Amino acid sequence: MGNALVWVVWFAAAFACLGSGAAVVSFTNPFYSALALIGNLGSLAVLYLLLSAEFVAAAQVLVYAGAVMVMFLFVIAYLGRDADAPWAGGPSWQALGAVAAAGALMVEIVIVIGLKASGRLAEAPDIGASFGTPAEIGTLFLTDHLLAFEVTSIVLLAAAVGGVVLGSHATDEERTP
Amino acid sequence: MKGPDPTWYLALAAFLFAIGTLGVMLRRSPLIILLSIEIMLNGANLAFISFSRHHAEMDGQIFALAVMAVAASEVVVGLGLIVAVHRRRLELDVDKLSTLRG
Repeated sequence: MGNALVWVVWFAAAFACLGSGAAVVSFTNPFYSALALIGNLGSLAVLYLLLSAEFVAAAQVLVYAGAVMVMFLFVIAYLGRDADAPWAGGPSWQALGAVAAAGALMVEIVIVIGLKASGRLAEAPDIGASFGTPAEIGTLFLTDHLLAFEVTSIVLLAAAVGGVVLGSHATDEERTP
Repeated sequence: MKGPDPTWYLALAAFLFAIGTLGVMLRRSPLIILLSIEIMLNGANLAFISFSRHHAEMDGQIFALAVMAVAASEVVVGLGLIVAVHRRRLELDVDKLSTLRG
């Protein structure tokens, strides 16, 4: 009974994920694309919960679908117009090549998974109740993965400084007539 | 494990990565290209977390969180560039922004 429910939730989340991903790529208005990406991130958070990664799912919703996407929507509202019409004038040879390349990449990954991994991935070990909790994540971040933690903070600092520099230097051209 | 085994999650991650690749190659608006890169990063994150569950090790979740932080910084810098381009009255089209001359 519980097994069937997990499958139902998995399929619903997976189809929402793929559908909203295709919507992000195909909408002409970037505002709708950003809204579709929020749906994509939310359905991925459901999949993370099915994989018992509770803290990552919460961070996905709070940080990604919340903070990052609000920043995206602000910038799209600031730019304030439709960007491009990719499907105008029929498919070009670049578009066909892009579809072929992306399809080849996907087929390649799926074949590699099917050939190399499918037999070994069938059984999964049991996990404890503390798997994926914030306490466990915090312990790992401050012991085994301290370097990744510190490097991440430096990357975030560099990005913040870069954002300030990019935002302040762009006004030079506006002042000079 | 109850429910789908990691093969299903990995196939979904491959689909997501391919959709993101398609968006990066197909679209010309830098905003949509940034959104497509987010989809690709999330496909990688899903693979990280499904392997983390499969091996019952939480290291994959740690790196998914690190990927999330890197994606946030990438969005900050990318959106700063897009706003800077917009302020210089240039068209937001990656095919036309082909030179770096100020």
